[in-house]
Amino acid sequence: MQNALMELVEKTSMRESVPHFEIGDTVDVHVRILEGDKERIQIFNGVVIARSGAGVREVFTVRRIVAGEGVERTFPVHSPRIADIAVKRSGKVRRAKLYYLRDRVGKAVRLKERVRGKATEAEAAAVRTQKREARKAKKAAKIEARAQRAAEGPKPRAKKGASENGESSPEGGES
Amino acid sequence: MNVGLLGRKVGMTQLFQEDGTVVPVTVIECGPCTVLQVRTAERDGYHALQLGFADKKRKNASQAERGHAKKVDAEPKRFIREIRQDGPVDVSEGTTLKVDVFADIPRVDVIGTSKGRGYTGVVKRHGFRGLRATHGVQRMHRHPGSSGPSADPARVFKGVRKPGQYGNARITVRNLKVVRVDAENNLLLVRGAVPGHNGGFVIVRQTNAV
Repeated sequence: MQNALMELVEKTSMRESVPHFEIGDTVDVHVRILEGDKERIQIFNGVVIARSGAGVREVFTVRRIVAGEGVERTFPVHSPRIADIAVKRSGKVRRAKLYYLRDRVGKAVRLKERVRGKATEAEAAAVRTQKREARKAKKAAKIEARAQRAAEGPKPRAKKGASENGESSPEGGES
Repeated sequence: MNVGLLGRKVGMTQLFQEDGTVVPVTVIECGPCTVLQVRTAERDGYHALQLGFADKKRKNASQAERGHAKKVDAEPKRFIREIRQDGPVDVSEGTTLKVDVFADIPRVDVIGTSKGRGYTGVVKRHGFRGLRATHGVQRMHRHPGSSGPSADPARVFKGVRKPGQYGNARITVRNLKVVRVDAENNLLLVRGAVPGHNGGFVIVRQTNAV
C-alpha cells in the first residue's frame, strides 16, 4: 500500500494474523454460514490455485472437484465470514497461479507433495535468507572473476588491424 | 448551520461489516479547516463560511493571500472555498473546524474536479456505439454517424452530442453515506466513489438531497 493513511483505514478491517498458506496447498476453509438465526461452520476443501490483491482486498481462490465437476470459490482473506484456514497438504508447484489445473482431469490434477522440513514460518524465513545470501555470494564471486579476467588484459583477437596496432582505436588503425 | 469542510481524496478501499458484507469506501482527509472569513447578509449580501485547507508556504503566497490569512492569524491556504449558510451562524473568524462536525450527519455531498480526459471522441464521451467494424465501413469506426436531418432543417440542432473536452469539470456527488468519522486522524469515510483523482481537493458538505 502506497499511502500511510490508507493503511491506517485498512488495518481496522484486517485480521490480526492470517494463517500461513501457499499456492498449491490443499486447505480446509472454514466458512461461517447463517441459517435462519443459527450460525454454523461449513468446510470447503480444495487446492489454493491463486492469491491476489493486497491489504484488505486480498483474495484467494480454492479449487476442488465435486462430483466430477470443477468448483472454484474465491474468498477474501480478511473476511470475518472465514473462521479458519487449515493447511492439510502442501503441493510442490512452480508458479503463482495454477490455472493449468483447470485443463486437467482425473489423476493429472494431483500435485506432488512438498516436504515441509521447516516446522515454523520463522525457520522457513531463515532458510530463505540463507539461500538469498548464497545467491548473492555466488553473484559477487562471478563478478570478481570477470573483473580479474578483464584485468589480465583483453583477449587477443583474430582481427588483422587490432593485432598490429595494439591499443589504438579502430579509426587510428585505418588512417 | 450547514456543515461543510474541505478535504483531499486519499483513495478507495473496502471494509468488512460484522456479517462479512463488503462496503466500498472512499477515504477523505477532511480538515482541519480554518474559518478565514464569515460572510454576512449585511456586508456581503449572503451568509457563508469561508474555509481554508492545507497550508501554503508563505513565499509561494501572494501578498494579498498572506494578508487575508493574517487577519485571522493563520497560514496562507492552498484550497479556499465557501460553504453557503441559510442564516447567520455562530462561528467566529479564525476558528478551526475538524471532522467531528460530521459526527451526527448521516449523509453528505462531495464536490470535486473530475479526472481530465482531454478532447475526447463521442464513443468514450457519450457512449455512442460507433460504426461497424466490417461491411464496408471505411475509417469511420468510432465516428458519431449522422448529426441530424438534411435539407430541412438544414442545420444541426442545439445540444447534439459531439466530441469535446471530457472531464476536468466540477462534479457533485450527492447523498453519500458517512461510514466512519475518524477524528483522531482527520479522516472521513464515505460509501462509494468521489470525483477526481487521489490527492485531489474536494468539498464535503451536509447533503441537500431530500
